[in-house]
Amino acid sequence: MSARDDILARIHAALGTDITPGEREVGASAPGAGYRATSGRTEDELVDLLVDRLEDYKARVEVVAAAELAEAIRTRLEGKTFVAPAGLPADWLHPSLADRRATDSREEPLGVDRLDAIGAVVTGSAVSIAETGTIVLDGSPDQGRRAISLVPDHHVCVVPVETIVGIVPEGFARLDVTRPLTLISGPSATSDIELERVEGVHGPRTLDVLIVR
Amino acid sequence: MSTVSLGMPALPPRGFGNISETEPFPSYARRELQNDQLRANLRHATHTIRDKRLRVVSELPDWEELREAGSAIKAEAMERLPELLAQFEEQFTARGGTVHWARDAAEANRIVEGLVRATGSSEVVKVKSMATQEIGLNEYLEERGIAAFETDLAELIVQLGHDKPSHILVPAIHRNRTEIRDIFLREMPGVDPELTDEPRRLAMAARAHLRRKFLSAKVAISGANFGIAETGTLGVVESEGNGRMCLTLPETLITVMGIEKVLPRAEDLGVFMQLLPRSSTGERMNPYTSLWTGSTPGDGPKDVHVVLLDNGRTRALADRHGRSALHCIRCSACMNVCPVYERAGGHAYGSTYPGPIGAILSPLLTGVEAEENKSLPYASSLCGACFDACPVKINIPEILVHLRGEDVEARHSRPGARRLPSQFDLAMAGASWAMSDGARMGLLERGLPLGKAAAGRDGVISKLPGLGAGWTQSRDIPAPPAESFRAQWAKRAKNSADPHGIKEGEGK
Ligand code: SF4
Repeated sequence: MSARDDILARIHAALGTDITPGEREVGASAPGAGYRATSGRTEDELVDLLVDRLEDYKARVEVVAAAELAEAIRTRLEGKTFVAPAGLPADWLHPSLADRRATDSREEPLGVDRLDAIGAVVTGSAVSIAETGTIVLDGSPDQGRRAISLVPDHHVCVVPVETIVGIVPEGFARLDVTRPLTLISGPSATSDIELERVEGVHGPRTLDVLIVR
Repeated sequence: MSTVSLGMPALPPRGFGNISETEPFPSYARRELQNDQLRANLRHATHTIRDKRLRVVSELPDWEELREAGSAIKAEAMERLPELLAQFEEQFTARGGTVHWARDAAEANRIVEGLVRATGSSEVVKVKSMATQEIGLNEYLEERGIAAFETDLAELIVQLGHDKPSHILVPAIHRNRTEIRDIFLREMPGVDPELTDEPRRLAMAARAHLRRKFLSAKVAISGANFGIAETGTLGVVESEGNGRMCLTLPETLITVMGIEKVLPRAEDLGVFMQLLPRSSTGERMNPYTSLWTGSTPGDGPKDVHVVLLDNGRTRALADRHGRSALHCIRCSACMNVCPVYERAGGHAYGSTYPGPIGAILSPLLTGVEAEENKSLPYASSLCGACFDACPVKINIPEILVHLRGEDVEARHSRPGARRLPSQFDLAMAGASWAMSDGARMGLLERGLPLGKAAAGRDGVISKLPGLGAGWTQSRDIPAPPAESFRAQWAKRAKNSADPHGIKEGEGK
């Protein structure tokens, strides 16, 4: 018997069930769902909460108007070289940045050594969860491959205000989990040595978040 | 209740690997109790995490509902395990991944070895994972010439120190900063000889050491916190970014996941991604979580595998009373509140799974009659703190008691076992005789001053004979008072001419 059939048979024996599939509808809704599905917070409350939570993780956060975004990104990059995904909206990047930019895409990916030599990365984001201070990247064209938001030491991340939700279940309701997802809650950190928190181990040591309204 | 004579099907085979005690808990724990450094580290760590956890848990108005949902989803997943695993396999495969099945530790190790060899690489980077720890994968690969590099800082400290993890969340919690610096100076090639013991400097040394590995590794091995049946999605929860490095940069990714980790729906992540971080590190959310479904063209590893591991899980599943131990999401909240763990430390449990959950999970995976694990169900004071802390409401004390029953049953039914009642049975019968009658109890209590005499001058009894010896092995008993409560109460009643004396029923 194959390991697969063997294990499945063992499970059936353990449960005392039949080998024929169960009658319950696959994908039926979660049992006991008495937990909150929405937070009911207003947009202003969501922004305040997200800022508070991200700052708690030692991320640098600023709320900017759409017209100020390009300038805000420019100042964050402080003369660094940076990578941006091919699908990043063109008007996010100040023209003066052109000669410091490297472009990455699934079709023309940069090698890891090249990424390692680059100072920063600029991406958009798919969904942000205010209550936990979590930003989700889902590999859309303005967010790019997972490697680009990981290898450079400084991540400048743009969060459009309409992508902010209140709580975790609302976040997953908006996401397609079959895309490669990266949930980021503050910069990389470790507490493995006597539980003393050290920010920035392998991932970017600096996280800049620009919330655009 | 013998399962033999009823013609019931044989139990599924036991699990193997690092889930067996090498030494009975009481003797190991006794040695660990002498280690003051360990006790101080543990106390600090468990109390810090415990307090943080309470703070963030109290922020959520629906915490109890979330626990309830977590528990119900896990129960549903166990009930529907065959169809969910088949669905997971179908979805993961449809999106370009390959699914393997392993009956036990040996089979899982062989599968992983074969996959690594097929890449032509003799090095792998690893994300911290309980499943690979359980099957002893690192040692297995190393014996066969494949170097496995742990990339989680704590696992790296443990690996470089030729040591074993002692906590599932902070595996190097038994080490202090000076010890860690010494390990790095001794074992980390090219490390700065001026390295101080400041945690930031140590973390940065690890960063520099691992950076080259991450950027050049061709193969990575991970565990998984969840597998979503509906979509074939796998998830890893972490902090440092070492997980993201391993999960996205290499060409080949091999994940070892226990079959009990499967969840029915993507929607269920909304529950578990609230329960897990708050329960484990006491954070609202861990810094990084990665979710992937098969392979994504142009992004991340091209060759993606998952090994679905049984290794005794079906055996635990067959135990109706113990089954819910498989609901565990490895958050470690139960160890951080356990008074026994706090004093004895993780190594005493002799297993990948320490603390209250280890005391039930290990014997369930191996069978309690497996000689090595039969002392584990006694490694608890049954105080119930673990049950209250558990985000998926596993009733650990109840399962401990159930397993103790199984153990006693197994001893009695062992061929040639003494038919005479044990000292423990007699003591229990004696206690019930005495406690069921006030007069008898009073009579016995008059013996109290005798206990006083048995104590040393420091007022503690540090050694009892017979059955009591087991108890005093790891703690002292304060000597009993000269007079019993009953006696004091009786005196008080006699003096009740005092009008301010407490009358019955007035206590509250
Ligand atoms: S038994 Fe519960 S509290 Fe303990 S590690 Fe597992 S999920 Fe966490």
